[in-house]
Amino acid sequence: MNTKALTAITAILVFPVAVMAGPDEENLVINGELDMTSVTKAPAHLENLDTIYSGWHFRTDETQALQIDDFDNPAMIFVDQAVDLFATVDGAAGESCASCHDGVESFKGLQASMPKVDAESGKLVVMEDLINRCRTDRMEADAWKWSGGEMQGMVALIGLQSRGMPMNVAIDGDAAPYWEQGKEMYYTRYGQLELSCANCHEDNWGNMIRADHLSQGMINGFPTYRLKQAKLISRHNRFRGCIRDTRAETFAEGSDEFRALELYVASRGNGLSVETPAVRQ
Amino acid sequence: MKLRLLTLVCAMTGFAASAADTDPKDVTYDEYGAVEVSLTGVGGDAANGALIVGDKSKGNCVACHAVTALADIPFHGEVGPMLDGAGDRWTEAELRGLIANAKMTFEGTVMPAFYKDDGYIRPGDAYTGKAPSAPLASILTAQEIEDVVAFLATLKEE
Ligand code: HEC
Ligand code: HEC
Repeated sequence: MNTKALTAITAILVFPVAVMAGPDEENLVINGELDMTSVTKAPAHLENLDTIYSGWHFRTDETQALQIDDFDNPAMIFVDQAVDLFATVDGAAGESCASCHDGVESFKGLQASMPKVDAESGKLVVMEDLINRCRTDRMEADAWKWSGGEMQGMVALIGLQSRGMPMNVAIDGDAAPYWEQGKEMYYTRYGQLELSCANCHEDNWGNMIRADHLSQGMINGFPTYRLKQAKLISRHNRFRGCIRDTRAETFAEGSDEFRALELYVASRGNGLSVETPAVRQ
Repeated sequence: MKLRLLTLVCAMTGFAASAADTDPKDVTYDEYGAVEVSLTGVGGDAANGALIVGDKSKGNCVACHAVTALADIPFHGEVGPMLDGAGDRWTEAELRGLIANAKMTFEGTVMPAFYKDDGYIRPGDAYTGKAPSAPLASILTAQEIEDVVAFLATLKEE
């Protein structure tokens, strides 16, 4: 009996120490001039965290360094390709993005409020939806593959226009039911390992899980360039990977479930700067 | 020849459970989560248990727990308490219950149940992300649980 009480006490004591050893104390400044908010007070709706951190704080010095200078950031190759794609005519209508949009800079601020509810359809939409809607309806071109290079390059290019702005997705009004659905998913213990997002990213952030330093699982840096895969990783691809790792049947990229989860996870990061495109191991 | 064939058959069926094993659904936990009776009636092999605790595709216990006795395996996690001295802190029956289904000992714990084969939300076919095409097997077999119990029982502080 006594031993059990003792273990419980040790278990409790272990956590604060590990958490303090968690995120590093560096400041995230891009190109020596853009000060990012990578640590801030948690938004009011978040009951179980006081402070929120960008995933950048949990990576090694080497990985961090790749993100602080755009010349070193390997994601920028894909962003440059997207700049070309933006001006490339494709599809039966004979138009490019640039035919309708007055420069990609006109999207400044958009990423900070995504996902959002589309006023016309009442449906929750993410950046990939907005891009593919232009491609199919207005350009009469083929939709891009969700996690493909063209799509994620364009998502990154548009996101980059808001870099440094605080994430601020709406969770009330029309968005409320989607947000509730996403929240429910975040706390559901999926798979044969019975682990929820919260088990890893809320209960254990700052702790090592095998060789991985657990972050709070924020998406303000997405799409992120992942060194392991040498390409841009979409938000839904990351969700899929995390759920698969619980020995669960995942949801599909571009599914309504992942749209709702994306809204909820984005809202957990309200207040953090848009960091797109971040670099991860 | 005969022996090779047998090994092959075993390898193909993978988690071949012996008929004498207690089924995951029939395991009896006491009110503290302990399991008194061996799941196989065959003593555990501590050396094999050590392999299972360290192996990514088996228990992968070191993903969450540090174990000094397995210091040669890189990257031990810190999600769970260190397992050094587990053999002092817990009886064999308690250890069996902890490995089979730790939620019977620690309500709501993040530690997965290793001898359970139903009651999951969207279980997948191992780490494929796909729905399973056959009934689920427990993550570890009955004998593997016994082997891990035997290994943990050797973890004494002095
Ligand atoms: C078994 C543990 C585990 C579970 C459960 C889990 N994750 Fe993760 N997740 C990780 C690890 C490990 C990483 C890589 C290290 C890190 O950034 O935390 C990661 C990374 C992430 C990232 C990337 C963060 C960044 O800054 O690059 C996001 C986003 C994320 N997870 C979201 C989720 C969501 C949403 C869920 C639930 C659907 C979930 N995770 C469930 C372990 C887990
Ligand atoms: C996903 C994380 C995780 C995995 C994987 C895991 N455990 Fe645990 N384990 C925990 C946590 C957390 C606790 C503490 C109980 C609690 O407070 O929830 C624990 C408790 C224990 C304890 C009792 C603590 C003590 O030493 O006094 C033992 C023994 C144990 N685990 C053994 C194992 C073994 C053996 C495996 C693999 C077959 C394993 N664990 C896999 C997270 C994990």
